[in-house]
Amino acid sequence: MSADPAKVPVAASGASVKASRLGLRTVALGYLFLLLLLPVAMIFYRTFEHGLEPVWKAMTEPNAVHAFWLSIELVAIAVPLNTVFGIGIALLLERGSFRGRWALGLVVDLPFAISPVVVGLALVLVYGQAGWFGTWLSEHGIDVIFSVPGMVLATAFVSLPFVARETVPVLHELGTDSEEAAATLGANAWQTFWRVTLPAIRWGVVYGVVLTTARALGEFGAVSVVSGRIEGQTQQLPLYVQDRFENFDATGAYTAAVVLALLALATLLAMNLLTRRTRSRRAV
Amino acid sequence: MGARSASLLGRGLLGIYLSVLVVLPIAALLARSSHGGLSAFWREVSSPEAQAAIKLTLGVSVVVVIVNGLFGTLIAWVMVRDEFRGKKVVNALIDLPFALPTIVAGVVLLALYGKGGPFGVDITFTRAAVVMALLFVTLPFVARSVQPVLLELDGSAEEAAASLGAGRLTVFRRIVLPALTPAIISGIALSFARALGEFGSVVLISGNLPFKTEVGSVYIFGQIQNENLPAAAAVSVVLMLFALVVLAALTLFTRSRSKHVR
Repeated sequence: MSADPAKVPVAASGASVKASRLGLRTVALGYLFLLLLLPVAMIFYRTFEHGLEPVWKAMTEPNAVHAFWLSIELVAIAVPLNTVFGIGIALLLERGSFRGRWALGLVVDLPFAISPVVVGLALVLVYGQAGWFGTWLSEHGIDVIFSVPGMVLATAFVSLPFVARETVPVLHELGTDSEEAAATLGANAWQTFWRVTLPAIRWGVVYGVVLTTARALGEFGAVSVVSGRIEGQTQQLPLYVQDRFENFDATGAYTAAVVLALLALATLLAMNLLTRRTRSRRAV
Repeated sequence: MGARSASLLGRGLLGIYLSVLVVLPIAALLARSSHGGLSAFWREVSSPEAQAAIKLTLGVSVVVVIVNGLFGTLIAWVMVRDEFRGKKVVNALIDLPFALPTIVAGVVLLALYGKGGPFGVDITFTRAAVVMALLFVTLPFVARSVQPVLLELDGSAEEAAASLGAGRLTVFRRIVLPALTPAIISGIALSFARALGEFGSVVLISGNLPFKTEVGSVYIFGQIQNENLPAAAAVSVVLMLFALVVLAALTLFTRSRSKHVR
């Protein structure tokens, strides 16, 4: 075994490299397992441990159904708004030349720096009863706070940055050559945007839309402040989870949480497919 | 309609959208917090419960970014330099906290580590629970910012150092770590800003006990419920300032570094 003494230290250090690699792997995966995987798996187990019947009952509960459709409604309003305006913001940030561009960048990034609860409070201070527009709004019979319009504002606020932030780097990478070529060939700004720019940035935009949707579906803090959390009226799915949990209805809370977790896993899948697609596009 | 007027219309609409959604509400928040002057602001911020909430928020956020710095770097390392079966799946799952609604994160942690969980531990209503919830929601920041840098780092400098007799720890400390530091700092800054304002994952698990587990966002929420808007606005501005300072410092740091490299 020790025929070649020169090899012994090498082999020993190889073995210790292997051991330390295995050790690091164990620690990293153990951390992920205990913090992330096991808790998420646990909630699936807890939801289905008494069979499908209570789950089905919890899913068809009128308040649960209402919460689900309200979530869809909020997403259906906030996501298209933030997609259109997000592309516009990205174009201004990357292609525009005007003073105060840094201010636009700051406004767009603000939702990352502000607690969702603070977002809710800020909206209440403008649109609530004691807020800046409160009197005017109530004179005209418009309810914003403790009503669905306020929830739309809150959802749109927190999910504002994603499309803009995902589109800016793609626009930067694209450069202006092809747009200038289109303009020289007689295309107007509108045609250039639809035929040249948008097709080139579409996967970046779609990636941003996926992130926006995930954020909008899961928003809790801001919506919690502005909604008033009225059962069957201003409760979207995350608020419903809290409501069920606090009323000791574990099955109801777990079922709604599992629905949201499944949507999150679908988001994750979409994100992975999209990064693969953008990478292969860049490679070509 | 010409392209020029269409673009003007677009800019106008965008201006209105951002005003209604972001600018006016933030202006109203700043106005409300400074309504009674600096002394009123200070009185709200320095009330014992507000002080305790702000201190706790800063304290747990510091703990969270230290743990994130260590484990985020380790996770990135294992994802880039190690090979094992199922790595792709694990790698994809690291982003799960960004996709999962925060309230679900709280419920999920409670199902495992709360009362009646399979391990027989109950962390509900403790500061450890707050730290755990924050670790969950900020998990991807450091790992995801270190990973691409590690991928770019080819092993040649490390091999050279090793062939000159440097031990593995020395190689890591002298060659790998300096290259990763900017990415680690960036991930830490982002998780710090996120941890300062986190609400959904904390609200169920912490029990929101004043002076014990009540973090800033939960304090603000309670004050809104009590219709004590001046206190809510003042503490909101404090949290916002901390987050903005951290993010601004990060921007300056990245900018000065990229100049340095050039």
